[in-house]
Amino acid sequence: MVDVTSSGGEAIPPAEVADVELYHPQSWLTKYVFSQDAKIIAIQYSSTALAIGLVALVLSWLMRLQLGFPGTFDFITPEAYYQFVTMHGMIMVVYLLTALFLGGFGNYLIPLMVGARDMVFPYANMLSYWIYLLAVLVLVVSFFAPGGPTGAGWTLYPPQAILGGTPGGQSAGIILMLVSLILFIIGFTMGGLNYVVTVLQGRARGMTLMRMPLTVWGIFTATVMALFAFPALFVASVMMLFDRLLGTSFFMPALVEMGEQLSYGGGSPILFQHLFWFFGHPEVYIVALPAFGIVSDLISTHARKNIFGYRMMVWAIVIIGALSFVVWAHHMYVSGMNPYFGFFFATTTLIIAVPTALKVYNWVLTLWRGDIHLTLPMLFALAFIVTFVNGGLTGLFLGNVVVDVPLSDTMFVVAHFHMVMGVAPILVIFGAIYHWYPKVTGRMLNEALGQFHFWVTFLGAYLIFFPMLYVGLVGVPRRYPELGETAFIPDSVHTLNAFISVMAFIVGFAQIVFLFNLIWSIRNGRDAGGNPWRATTLEWQTPETPPPHGNWGKQVPVVYRWAYDYSVPNAKQDFLPQNDPGPRGLAEAPR
Amino acid sequence: MSVILIFLLVMAGFAAWWLSHQRLMAKPWLEQGPLGGFEGSDRSTLPTAKIGLGVFLAVVGALFALFASAYFMRMELSDWRPLPMPGLLWLNTGVLVLSSVALQFSLVASRRDERDLMRLGLMVGGLAAVIFLIGQLIAWQQLVADGYVLAGNPANSFFYLITGLHGLHIVGGLVALGRTAAGAWGEDRPERLRLNIELCAIYWHFLLVIWLAVFVLLAGWAAEFLAVCRQLLI
Repeated sequence: MVDVTSSGGEAIPPAEVADVELYHPQSWLTKYVFSQDAKIIAIQYSSTALAIGLVALVLSWLMRLQLGFPGTFDFITPEAYYQFVTMHGMIMVVYLLTALFLGGFGNYLIPLMVGARDMVFPYANMLSYWIYLLAVLVLVVSFFAPGGPTGAGWTLYPPQAILGGTPGGQSAGIILMLVSLILFIIGFTMGGLNYVVTVLQGRARGMTLMRMPLTVWGIFTATVMALFAFPALFVASVMMLFDRLLGTSFFMPALVEMGEQLSYGGGSPILFQHLFWFFGHPEVYIVALPAFGIVSDLISTHARKNIFGYRMMVWAIVIIGALSFVVWAHHMYVSGMNPYFGFFFATTTLIIAVPTALKVYNWVLTLWRGDIHLTLPMLFALAFIVTFVNGGLTGLFLGNVVVDVPLSDTMFVVAHFHMVMGVAPILVIFGAIYHWYPKVTGRMLNEALGQFHFWVTFLGAYLIFFPMLYVGLVGVPRRYPELGETAFIPDSVHTLNAFISVMAFIVGFAQIVFLFNLIWSIRNGRDAGGNPWRATTLEWQTPETPPPHGNWGKQVPVVYRWAYDYSVPNAKQDFLPQNDPGPRGLAEAPR
Repeated sequence: MSVILIFLLVMAGFAAWWLSHQRLMAKPWLEQGPLGGFEGSDRSTLPTAKIGLGVFLAVVGALFALFASAYFMRMELSDWRPLPMPGLLWLNTGVLVLSSVALQFSLVASRRDERDLMRLGLMVGGLAAVIFLIGQLIAWQQLVADGYVLAGNPANSFFYLITGLHGLHIVGGLVALGRTAAGAWGEDRPERLRLNIELCAIYWHFLLVIWLAVFVLLAGWAAEFLAVCRQLLI
């Protein structure tokens, strides 16, 4: 321990952020409903996201009913099936994952983890939630609009998205979808500015960037990416809205529909694809980077070991963030692009595997000889690593143009992206909820229900998506509500499909148990105390649990060390919190 | 997509420069103490609101860069018929420049504590911005009267879409300017007022630059410039 450098003594006055005015709620309404407290906003964001996520879960059940037992359910018409697919995808990617990671965890964890009293622009933060809620409501309204929600697929490709043959194309469905997306982006931008500037300006004294927990690094980088990626979706949505409502031809080529020449002409559907995927690919990492960050902290805390290669982890997050902006066209290999373009995008796509693999190695090396506690957050974190590797490896197939061309539009793609950006981040979300729930409510989640939830979800997800990879390799196309009598599809595929559907129901049921656990434990959970996981990061060092408005009582903390001092030899406990000046022997070690 | 990529490259360069001042090579596991003495360990001394505005302007910049990207990609298709620029746009540009200058003037006056001049600057700036918006609407009207309607041709569609979006940003700025002006005539603390005027001025200058870029783009000079560049390269 001789090379430890230390600076300063113990009595350092904490620094308050002078130009941030903490608001003081006057009434019940401003305290719990129109609250400007990031923690309340986080809970509002999370509850709304989970509620709309439940809708998406039910939609996936309906889809599986149709795929597993085609022709049995009369109410699932092909049109309805497409509507389920579309809304399931859109809700899960945008309204659940993005909102939960950034709006939920970002709002709760950033101020607490960097030692701030609140976000720097609390009013904009509040607006952000209410606009998000409005976006969700517009989305929900589209279910009840005449003609139903849009069935264009979550990518909303023109020209079909706004034509009469697609559900919702010529009725209100697509309009409400686009308006909802535009609202979401406006709301997100307000929140995103907060997350970024709070990390830049709200940090407590001593909290240098390189001392921030990786969770904050992940959310911070993802937010910066989202701020630059979402405008592309905004542009695409606005232009498509113009095409649909005002008759412009940004994306719409000349078309004959039902023997009738439409007034469109000359537009480029490929232009939409470029704009959409310029948002769409970074979106994958907007979801993945917070997951990477959170999982690093979960593993380190529950293995009682410092994170292996902290600097590399930070650099990898930043590099992945930057690279993800130059890979978008790997979603468009079959759009008839120039082969040299395909080559370029295949190369950049595969290069991303390098920093990503680096992160996976570092997680595994953190576990190596760690004091592994198989708590629920740890189980979910381990499940994430395995699932992410599996999902990532199938990505290597699809990243190569020659392999992608035959596999594109098969169930293989569906299985791949569900593993890598569906199941994997959601496992992290569960792990994070089991980890931070004690801080939010002061009580632990029920362990037995949690174990049930974990094993059913983890094993069930594999039983759903592994068979789906094989179904895809056989050549079963995606987006088909019914396969019918097709020569190349053997009977075993139908059996597998029925099996997958049954598993989907079982896994879905486990999520209901989880939701029950969330609500039940608020009153009946075991008392958690302030720091049940003996974690080092600042949010566990608040004077009260759950943290009150203003987080820190009289004084904001001073940070003396990085976030990963676990299993410290001379320490009283086996860890040193970030705001702990440390035992004398350590702090006064010679330089 | 080249415009947005170049824009993001500039942003990435800025981010890299900033990160390089953040001790990314530090070994945090070897450093203890509140780090008072280490360079680059503290937050910026700039006001938080200014940094917030900076990040927001970067996002707005990305938005317009994306529109420019879409413009260039759509332009290459065969049905593109450029539309004539109404001469009024030159006048509007002048008015917007005046608006920007007036706000800068107001900022300088506020730093010298000359309250009357500061109010004058705010008033002229706001008024000029409103006149700019009215001018833009008249330009739209002239184009519609000449038969260049929104759905007539993609060039028209882009013209209305991009100028409309720019106008909306000015409207948003006017809301902020209105609140600042309310403070200037009311009881706002001088340093807070100065900051608000500075934020408005920065936003105005930025929107002026965006407008000039939009003008160059819509008038077709950007495309001509690119064509010249391409010839030089090949």
